[in-house]
Amino acid sequence: MGYVAIKGGTAAIEASIARLAYERTKGGTVLDVDRVLGGMRALIDQVMSESSLYSEEVAAICIKQAEGSPEEAVFTMRAFRSTLPRKHYSNVVESDSMRVERRISATFKDIPGGQILGASYDYVHRLVDFAMSEETDQSATEWLTAWHDATSGTPSATASAEPGRLPKVLDYLRDRGLMKRVEVDHTEPKDVTKEALSFPTSRSERLQVLTRGQTGTVTSLGYASLRGYGPLLHPTVAELRVGYLPITIADPFVDEADGTDDEDAYYIGEVKVTEVESVVPVAAPRGEGRSEIEFDIGYGICLGQNETKAIAMSLLDQCLQHPDPAFPTHDEEFVLLHIDSVEATGFISHLKLPHYVTFQSNLDSVRRSRNSKQASLADRDVDLPPAPGGGV
Amino acid sequence: MKSLYNYAFFDEGSKREIRRASLKAIAIPGYQVPFASREMPIARGWGTGGLQVTLSLIGKSDVLKVIDQGADESVNAVNIKKLVGKTTGVETTEETERATLIQSRHRIPETPLREDQVLVLQVPIPEPLRFVEPSEETTKRLHAEADYSGAYLLLFEQIMRYGRVSTGADHPVEVRDRYVMAPSPIPRFDNPKMDHSSALILLGAGREKKIYAVPPYTRVVSLDFEDHPFEIEDVTGRVCRQCGAVDVYFDELVDEETGETFFQCNDTSYCLARMNAEADR
Repeated sequence: MGYVAIKGGTAAIEASIARLAYERTKGGTVLDVDRVLGGMRALIDQVMSESSLYSEEVAAICIKQAEGSPEEAVFTMRAFRSTLPRKHYSNVVESDSMRVERRISATFKDIPGGQILGASYDYVHRLVDFAMSEETDQSATEWLTAWHDATSGTPSATASAEPGRLPKVLDYLRDRGLMKRVEVDHTEPKDVTKEALSFPTSRSERLQVLTRGQTGTVTSLGYASLRGYGPLLHPTVAELRVGYLPITIADPFVDEADGTDDEDAYYIGEVKVTEVESVVPVAAPRGEGRSEIEFDIGYGICLGQNETKAIAMSLLDQCLQHPDPAFPTHDEEFVLLHIDSVEATGFISHLKLPHYVTFQSNLDSVRRSRNSKQASLADRDVDLPPAPGGGV
Repeated sequence: MKSLYNYAFFDEGSKREIRRASLKAIAIPGYQVPFASREMPIARGWGTGGLQVTLSLIGKSDVLKVIDQGADESVNAVNIKKLVGKTTGVETTEETERATLIQSRHRIPETPLREDQVLVLQVPIPEPLRFVEPSEETTKRLHAEADYSGAYLLLFEQIMRYGRVSTGADHPVEVRDRYVMAPSPIPRFDNPKMDHSSALILLGAGREKKIYAVPPYTRVVSLDFEDHPFEIEDVTGRVCRQCGAVDVYFDELVDEETGETFFQCNDTSYCLARMNAEADR
């Protein structure tokens, strides 16, 4: 007789967990968290951005624990984030207070303040550098020393532009009347982690969901809108900046009603972000069937250096400001409800859970519909889509 | 770095928020209350909605039972029990009678529940109209206007196509003559257990960020038509090979040697209790 398990699941699961630990350690070498911090900047930035938690150290631990899987690392970090008490909201930060490390514009060659290339993969050839397999801590240190010597006395390549020095490219367009000026909106943003989304959403909610979206998904949907799903004319990156934003909180002992000013604010640190402002030409109706082309703005901002994601986010931000049921990229429910890494990977992976009860129920329906004496109705040529079942 | 997690995982503020949503859900039977669903250390789609409800309610004197598609020792149940155990230290049990709080994925236990028990069901898709209407904004309006023609149309189309209603699990119900509700993917066999249940039933959907409820002794009716009455899965003629039970929901299994199909109680703790009672006799 076949063996049917009623008990024993717990032991099997414990053994599987032990096997996982074995896979991570079987080579006899383990990753040092410091080395993750030192050598996996891009992955750390991606994980922090998707987790919406700015901590390089926690991200590095999660990456190690997850054997480098971004999906797992983000999952772990988010679950940690949801246990942290949130005692303050930071003050509004003007992004021109950024300590800029990289700043490029695709609209004008000669922008005031100049293009600052900073560090980017944009200018390298993606050839496998086989010398990487020989690299040691010592050879890296030697390179560093030589580089420091070579650049000393010149405007150092590690310097960053002082806050406020660089005018915004968009302001140039505004000053020349090519772009509408908008009133500053001081509406308190809604916190999507404190209140479930309800549709239609506000822009603050959309931006929050987009910025924590899964990098690949945000990129793909942005790409779809660019390639032809939507009435989008070719957008242009007016400005992409990578740098550090100072974060402050209001003095908790000063009553807000008395009015707070920057003097009372506490500086609590800075976060590295990528900020993108795209200009998108759109047709603005001018009556009598005529229209004019004007520029719309798409805004993208992500924790860390995540340039493709930030650009794609700026495209989606613009798309979602112009709802259009004809295009999924212009449908806020389609975009916002499906780009979250934790939600998407969770629900896909739940398909691995036992479905013995629900499948048995489906089976009952299948068998009955086959045996049904009333099946004659089904013989008629009725063109209906297959009935959706509850087999979730 | 030191690990620091609060009792029952969440900070107290979060728990209070989830309890507030649950209270609202109880006050409006069958209505889906949106809540700020937290990310959990267990994957979305693996019971995080139910888990959040459980964690917000569990006290030190509670006795917890967790069921995954009928089984206490299946992956999901083990996982959840372990997490709650780790963060609360409360006692867990497999005996339905002993539990004060029961979290379940897609089954209502065979043993009838009591007034002093709370059943928490895990919900993947809380919106009964989702297969008719993909937009949340629209379905919310349909609920507000009690426009449930879509739900009936779905059943009607099945009758047209297959000659009968062909829903599997998660057959929609109407709660207290008002809201149409997804009972979670429990088999149709369990739908009648919701009607006038002595125990409070809370349903939590983590990914979809909704909590809803069936308060004790509330009318719950499975949607159907007069000429096509609601039917549970057919269990006639089936007997549990382990404990001899009839009229329960079964797992269908195949004997590896003979290739023969046989049946066994899906509710493992019910089956075990019956076998133990037999042995004691």
